[in-house]
Amino acid sequence: MNDIQSKSSPPDFLVHDSIDSVGVVVVEYVSAGSTLTGWVMDTDETITLQANDDIPLGHKIALVELDEGASVIKYGHAIGRTVAPIGKGAHLHVHNTKTEKW
Amino acid sequence: MINIGEIRGYRRENGRIGIRNHVIILPLDDLSNAASEAVANNIKGTLALPHHYGRLQFGEDLELHFRTLIGTGSNPNVAACIVIGIEPGWTKRVVDGIAKTGKPVEGFSIEQNGDINTIAAASRKAKEYVHWASELQREPCGAEDLWISHKCGESDTTSGIGANPTVGNLIDKLDPLGVTNCFGETSELTGAELLCRERAVNPDIGDKFLSTWQAYMDEVIEPHKTNDLSESQPTKGNIEGGLTTIEEKALGNLQKIGRNTSYIDVLKPAETPSSGRGLYFMDTSSAAAECVTLQAAAGFVVHVFPTGQGNIIGHPIEPVIKLTANPRTVRTMGEHVDLDVSGILRREMTLDEAGDLLIDMTVRTCNGRLTAAEALGHREFVMTKLYRSA
Repeated sequence: MNDIQSKSSPPDFLVHDSIDSVGVVVVEYVSAGSTLTGWVMDTDETITLQANDDIPLGHKIALVELDEGASVIKYGHAIGRTVAPIGKGAHLHVHNTKTEKW
Repeated sequence: MINIGEIRGYRRENGRIGIRNHVIILPLDDLSNAASEAVANNIKGTLALPHHYGRLQFGEDLELHFRTLIGTGSNPNVAACIVIGIEPGWTKRVVDGIAKTGKPVEGFSIEQNGDINTIAAASRKAKEYVHWASELQREPCGAEDLWISHKCGESDTTSGIGANPTVGNLIDKLDPLGVTNCFGETSELTGAELLCRERAVNPDIGDKFLSTWQAYMDEVIEPHKTNDLSESQPTKGNIEGGLTTIEEKALGNLQKIGRNTSYIDVLKPAETPSSGRGLYFMDTSSAAAECVTLQAAAGFVVHVFPTGQGNIIGHPIEPVIKLTANPRTVRTMGEHVDLDVSGILRREMTLDEAGDLLIDMTVRTCNGRLTAAEALGHREFVMTKLYRSA
């Protein structure tokens, strides 16, 4: 466990797969304008990103700019489609992304 | 392979191992709940399992009702069983089904006796059963005796990162030891259904899964939906926790079956596994109590339940172990959490370490530790009903 701790301080967000377009905020308070540290789990990379919205724990942050109608990728797979343009660092959730099922 | 330590359980007449030693009072139907609860009140150490159904059901729905009741009474966590029904015919059908296990079971019916005489007679028998069951002793058993079911609830994005992969790690470690595991939640694999098909042991079983999933879509979801299920699947709690779509929820859900383990067969609701030891998929609703009730009726003796926002479910006879990776859930409703794996989010804990902790908690639960849900009195017993009664 010490090996892991020495690698980095606790991340602000996690990314499942290196091709994902979103990360998950894993700290309780992220406010717009703050610079966040993210951990890409499959490649063990550390990345930084500026949050452009307040984002609650567990909610997603866009890692790239997404056009309306773009596929959102998480776990390396499509999880839905954007219904509005989403800027890099913005909060991505039900207000701007919908399922392609149901 | 890992050493999980000694498990001590109750060896039942049919050879299966139970981890609890309940004497249950099982109503056949809604009308018999009052008498069943009266018997459980009279005789300490018994447990009534009231439910809502059992009248005028027919066809596949009735078959499922009987399979669920008989399976619950047959579960190895039950030492002995009293069945109470409004009339003797269907009561006997449940008694005869449970009696095939060899365990003590007796039925009582209310018509031509009334509640009071029925309660008196059933209470005398229940008292005999309690004296007998309370002297049964635990004995050492093997990992291959263990049947563990899995279902997640009030999931959020931390479920897919931490709690669900921890369960997957447990399955990957216990499957080679001969543990029988089960996952379900048919509709909640929507968006990951093709990935799930690939996790079958062979293409035939994969196709069996996919046709089961498709039938749920065609027969349950499509004919009854009035909108895009945007507040049902994902739930309001899921959305609060950051899950946006069913696809995202499904991909997180599937983390529960680990990375290396293949499922070996597909079960009907409440169907007992019969293809040997291994991982099974069961066709179930994704509602927690319905799913756990079906898995318990199939014979699973301990349930591992990863949650994000904090589902608080328990079951009367199958202990439900809760784990979460959500630090806010640990902080705000910690009394419901048996295992905190939020260290995964802070990179203080690896999945491998979390999986070992979950195995340890599961073994301790099997050996008698009460789960949070047991201590808090959660006994959700919810029958799955397929359609309206006649």
